[in-house]
Amino acid sequence: MEQKILIPLYVDQVAPRFDLATEVYIVSMADDGRAIEKKTVVLPRASAEQLCHLVLLEKIGTVVCGGIEDEYYQYLKWKNVKVLDSVIGSCKDVIKRLESGTLQSGDIIR
Amino acid sequence: MSILQHTQIKGLFDAPIELSSLIDEIPLGIVVLDTQRRIVLINRAFEALVGFSIEDARGIPCFHIMRSKLCIQQCPLVKMDSNSESIIVESDIINKERELIPVLINLSPIKDTDGNLTGFLETVEDLRPLKKVGDKSPKAYAFHHLIGKSPEMTRIFQTLPLLAQSDSAILITGETGTGKDMLAEAVHQASNRAKGPFIKVNCGALPETLLESELFGHRKGAFTGAVENKPGRFRLAHNGTLYLTEIGDLPLPLQVKLLTFLDDKVVYPLGSAKGFQADVRIIAATHRNLDLMVKERNFREDLMFRLNVVRLHLPPLRERGDDIRLILDHFINIFVTRFRKNINGLSKKALRILLEYPYPGNVRELRNIIEYAVNICPKGQIQFTHLPAYLSETKHHYDHSVPEEKESYQWTAPTVKSSSEPNGKKTWASLERGLIIEALVNSKGRRHKAADLLGWGRSTLWRKMKQYKIDA
Repeated sequence: MEQKILIPLYVDQVAPRFDLATEVYIVSMADDGRAIEKKTVVLPRASAEQLCHLVLLEKIGTVVCGGIEDEYYQYLKWKNVKVLDSVIGSCKDVIKRLESGTLQSGDIIR
Repeated sequence: MSILQHTQIKGLFDAPIELSSLIDEIPLGIVVLDTQRRIVLINRAFEALVGFSIEDARGIPCFHIMRSKLCIQQCPLVKMDSNSESIIVESDIINKERELIPVLINLSPIKDTDGNLTGFLETVEDLRPLKKVGDKSPKAYAFHHLIGKSPEMTRIFQTLPLLAQSDSAILITGETGTGKDMLAEAVHQASNRAKGPFIKVNCGALPETLLESELFGHRKGAFTGAVENKPGRFRLAHNGTLYLTEIGDLPLPLQVKLLTFLDDKVVYPLGSAKGFQADVRIIAATHRNLDLMVKERNFREDLMFRLNVVRLHLPPLRERGDDIRLILDHFINIFVTRFRKNINGLSKKALRILLEYPYPGNVRELRNIIEYAVNICPKGQIQFTHLPAYLSETKHHYDHSVPEEKESYQWTAPTVKSSSEPNGKKTWASLERGLIIEALVNSKGRRHKAADLLGWGRSTLWRKMKQYKIDA
């Protein structure tokens, strides 16, 4: 089943703060783990609430981010969204790890 | 940790010591960055604060580990060079435990022996304990809009929450521009009356007759021109706070009326026999020396005792030590944001001038200087040429006019005493009196011309002549 992944961006890196990201990368992944569709969404302003709303609107299955407040982490989990937080690295490297199915919370990709 | 064991300091003691063991003992988060803003070293306190170990953090761009709002919005290190002064900024971080932590970040350049930039040093202070002390305070070292970390200000900030909760009258003293109005409003906002009105009356701004009607109100027909009932400020401040600024300028007859109100809390509007029970907290402020005015019978002693339940004295800026730097940075941040300027601090010379200036106008003057400098400075660092010219020109003038009678007066005040000081020292009052006499001599006794020479209105000149007992 196709799954959508959202990555808040800071330039080409995973944004260090979920609540301060103004750009997100949304990747659709096929059953075999390949990224089949990618798009960038620019947000009107940084807001954790609006980002959570976007996650639900886009029917995102997994969020990959840096720092996230516990309030939003718990909310997304409650909404059955998997959150991989404290991830450090470039968006490109993160997608590679996602494709190989090895990305975990707290991963630092140098 | 093996990397850190090689980081040694030589020359400090007989034997070399490990840098990590030294900084690990400091209870403040410390981060050492290279010129690319990648982490070189962090101490144990920082590890505990953010949740990343040195092994995780080494070589990683600072923003990934610090995760501060400052990193994303405008990292001050981007513009920092070897000549830059250290910057203190309040921000917040999100740690690995997903906690949002308010922090105070101090950023400074690290230079080699030749003065070249080799990296940056960040110290990160967890502000949570401070926030818990003053939950209503939006900033560290602050109470509402007042900022300071000098012992005098800290003492005021510590007592304010308690004082605010009581209903006692407060007398705020201090020189002009020290923040008396802000303090009064802060007390109101922190009190149980915060939802009620905060009414401010400047006792020096209105003539006696108008002031009485303004304060206590009047009934329709009480005097010519009283075409309708007026509630008065006391009544408007019901369930709130009445702030009487420049209380030292309150005429004597009104002092008696205020005294009566403070005793029985009933307001009698002009022309009315029926009183109104007003539940009002009184906060009074003055830049004058009330003790001296009482001695000279220009202020009623009994009113002084009633207002002086709690006295808060705001020290002049020149006596607040490090606060000048703190307030300076605060205003630079405010005006840089407001005017959308690309300014990153002050040059060394500008900073030295500002730190040495005695600020007779106190915080208000400092604020105006910074506003002017930020306006004038196109970009980069604020140079001394961007500061108002009078700062260097009038330095010596202020050096000796700064109150020297401190041993006898608690705060400076233009005295109503008309004669020169017996010990030959000049007060503002004696200087002003001299100026008036000089203007009157030059205008050959014509008050209109003298007022023009002084740049005052005729009524101001008349009032001042009366005050200094000058007969033209």
